[in-house]
Amino acid sequence: MPIFDGLANKLTDITARMRGKSRVTEQDIKDMMREIRLALLEADVHYQVVKDLVSEISDKSKGAAVMESLTPGQQVVKIVHESLVDILGQTSGKIAVSPSGFTVLMLYGLQGAGKTTTAAKLALMLKKSGKKPMLTSVDVHRPAAAKQLEVLAKQIGVDCYIKPEEKSASVIAAQAIERARYMLCDTLIVDTAGRMTIDNEMMEELKLIGQTVKPTEKLLVVDAMIGQEAVNVALAFDKEIGLDGFIMTKLDGDARGGAALSIRRMTGKPIKLICVGEKVDDIETFYPDRMASRILGMGDVLSLIEKASQNIDEKKAQDAYERLKKNQFTLEDMLEQMEQVKKMGSIKDILGMLPGMGAKNLPVDEVDDNAMEKPAAIIRSMTVKERRNPSILNASRRRRIASGSGTTVQDVNRLIKQFEETQKMMKKFSGLSKGRKKGRGFGMGNNGFPF
Amino acid sequence: MGFLDVFKKGLKKTRDFVSDGFNKIAANMGVFDEDMLDELEMLLVQADIGARSATWLMDKIRTHIKKTGDASREAVLNQLRVGMLEIVGKPGRLDFQKGSLNIILLVGVNGTGKTTTAGKLCSRYQKEGFRTIMGAADTFRAAAIDQLKVWGERTSTPVISHDEGSDPAAVVYDSIKAAQARKADLLILDTAGRLHNKQNLMAELAKIRRIIDREAPEAKVETLLVIDATTGQNAVVQAQVFSEVAQVSGLIITKMDGNAKGGVAIAVSQETHTPLYLAGLGEGVDDLIDFDPDSFVASLLPEA
Ligand SMILES: Nc1nc2c(ncn2[C@@H]2O[C@H](COP(=O)(O)OP(=O)(O)OP(=O)(O)O)[C@@H](O)[C@H]2O)c(=O)[nH]1
Ligand SMILES: Nc1nc2c(ncn2[C@@H]2O[C@H](COP(=O)(O)OP(=O)(O)O)[C@@H](O)[C@H]2O)c(=O)[nH]1
Ligand SMILES: [Mg+2]
Ligand SMILES: [Mg+2]
Repeated sequence: MPIFDGLANKLTDITARMRGKSRVTEQDIKDMMREIRLALLEADVHYQVVKDLVSEISDKSKGAAVMESLTPGQQVVKIVHESLVDILGQTSGKIAVSPSGFTVLMLYGLQGAGKTTTAAKLALMLKKSGKKPMLTSVDVHRPAAAKQLEVLAKQIGVDCYIKPEEKSASVIAAQAIERARYMLCDTLIVDTAGRMTIDNEMMEELKLIGQTVKPTEKLLVVDAMIGQEAVNVALAFDKEIGLDGFIMTKLDGDARGGAALSIRRMTGKPIKLICVGEKVDDIETFYPDRMASRILGMGDVLSLIEKASQNIDEKKAQDAYERLKKNQFTLEDMLEQMEQVKKMGSIKDILGMLPGMGAKNLPVDEVDDNAMEKPAAIIRSMTVKERRNPSILNASRRRRIASGSGTTVQDVNRLIKQFEETQKMMKKFSGLSKGRKKGRGFGMGNNGFPF
Repeated sequence: MGFLDVFKKGLKKTRDFVSDGFNKIAANMGVFDEDMLDELEMLLVQADIGARSATWLMDKIRTHIKKTGDASREAVLNQLRVGMLEIVGKPGRLDFQKGSLNIILLVGVNGTGKTTTAGKLCSRYQKEGFRTIMGAADTFRAAAIDQLKVWGERTSTPVISHDEGSDPAAVVYDSIKAAQARKADLLILDTAGRLHNKQNLMAELAKIRRIIDREAPEAKVETLLVIDATTGQNAVVQAQVFSEVAQVSGLIITKMDGNAKGGVAIAVSQETHTPLYLAGLGEGVDDLIDFDPDSFVASLLPEA
């Protein structure tokens, strides 16, 4: 997966096209809104939600913060991100406990969404928090469904009531309630059979079970990979059953999970928990800001943008960029940029915030935070004249610089070579003002860092 | 019921959605202007066709309009149909011969319908006179083996299995040996659901494939990727990665009976060019039909 394959990248691409213009135009905003629309749709956010969101974002983007910024792409990303977080996290997502002392959690969902696995995960979570849960399966449809739950229950050491030969789901449900009370359990988790919402008979079955067990919490289990249909599914379950919230599964995959946004927006019900693996302890708290970043296809971009805008002197960066464009970029500028990047923090931190570079993927050992120390020291040991015109660097000058910076002549040679290559590359780039190559990195794109 | 009827019924929601949507856009003037084309593009995206395929289709329509000056409802609809058919391709049929060993390896992400499809395939080929046998190579998910065994009972098919937690490659090895010894015509291997971004699990699949090639060089092998029709654009990535790692030779799209719009079939076809062989239309043993591109596209679009 390309690392920079996110909205941020597309938006900085657009802002790259704007270069040379004095300010952002309405058309630029329109272009950006088109990209946002496509990115959200590609992330499987529901069309109607996308439409509303884009119009809100468009209005916000016409403010001065964007129009007058040197990094309008980043400002817009920030607005988009904030809007998403806003939608995703309006109310808290705690699992309710019945005041009666006996709580019933019931799980609903399409076939294969992850209900059975989630039931076991919930049970383990409750057990760990000192509760005494019981599991029951009223899935009388899928072969070996009850057995699946029983195996998981054993694995986590939680009581489980199943009755594989009984064909009536509500009969099993009634018996499970009795059993759970008898065993002095405080929570009953009911795993149901998967169903399509357009299957009326199956929806009726759910209502019947509901009347029997009177669930405290009615939770819809949603597969993070689900497409545009998510909203209709959520609305249909909500209409028939009356949902209390959602649990999103399979977030250990690489699906953007736009459904989270759609269902939250269209039903107003919270996402309570997320599941991130097949094992029984792969269940986590839901964080709106992380989900927003995921949907937009970026790492912790917001913090990166904030860091960048706090620490980068836009004026200086723009000057450097202008010189780069005119091919007047010198070693002095290179040093300046190294210092700017350094101000943003450790390279490891910065990499970790980039899309697709979660902690797990990060080749930590290969990242050397001091990688820039040497070249910076070398440039610092040069005279101003040398920095501006490296062609005067003969062998004796190079020896002097090496000893002055505590490096070797090879190090100095390498740096000069790198610099020349950057210049060559920039020459090519300045020829191609349009159609900037994709994947060059987000964020700093507008400031033209030479690496 | 013919394919078209089945599809039309199964895809009623998509059909109404896209065709009603199309008619609504076209209703105003009978000819398409730029805004209407934009609306049409979004309509396609909403059916899970994906922004990329939608853009491709729209480019085709726009080019046609520019060339011929014809932006009528009929012209746009026709371009859309032709374009979709071009993407989905010609109907592909699984071609197995009785009398020698054929192997189907079912792969896919979690919960798409692999085990159910294994049962359905068993029944389908038995009806054609194949001696079938199944291998329970999902040794990971709780009670996955029991689930396949139920399908084995339903279809009177022997199921080769080891204990839960054992090496799936060993199950595959034993299943091949059993199929060869019993002179079976078709061995169907059910595997554990795995997300394509998990390298170790994908490597396990590659290993299974190597064992098949080594132990049954005489067999015709089809690795079929099972995709859930309710899936959004991630299905495209699934198809790409599974194809790379597991030599996927064809696709099966399941759960076309319900909430699915199924437009993701187009998105996936556009990116992989892997034939789409079969469609799942329910949880019953007979709910599996040949995927027919003409019927599928016809069922998506309004009548001319
Ligand atoms: N409506 C409908 N449900 C289906 C179809 N195919 C499978 N299912 C259901 O989807 C759920 C998952 O199916 P399985 O066959 O267990 O899927 P799997 O891919 O083997 O799942 P894992 O092994 O857990 O990854 C079950 O509840 C099936 O009954 C279909 O075509 N239509
Ligand atoms: N990778 C991953 N797989 C999951 C997750 N939750 C469930 N699964 C898998 O998805 C498949 C279907 O889950 P199951 O609980 O049987 O779904 P149900 O049909 O809704 O009861 C199984 O293979 C599970 O192991 C998750 O969060 N991540
Ligand atoms: Mg289940
Ligand atoms: Mg299975």
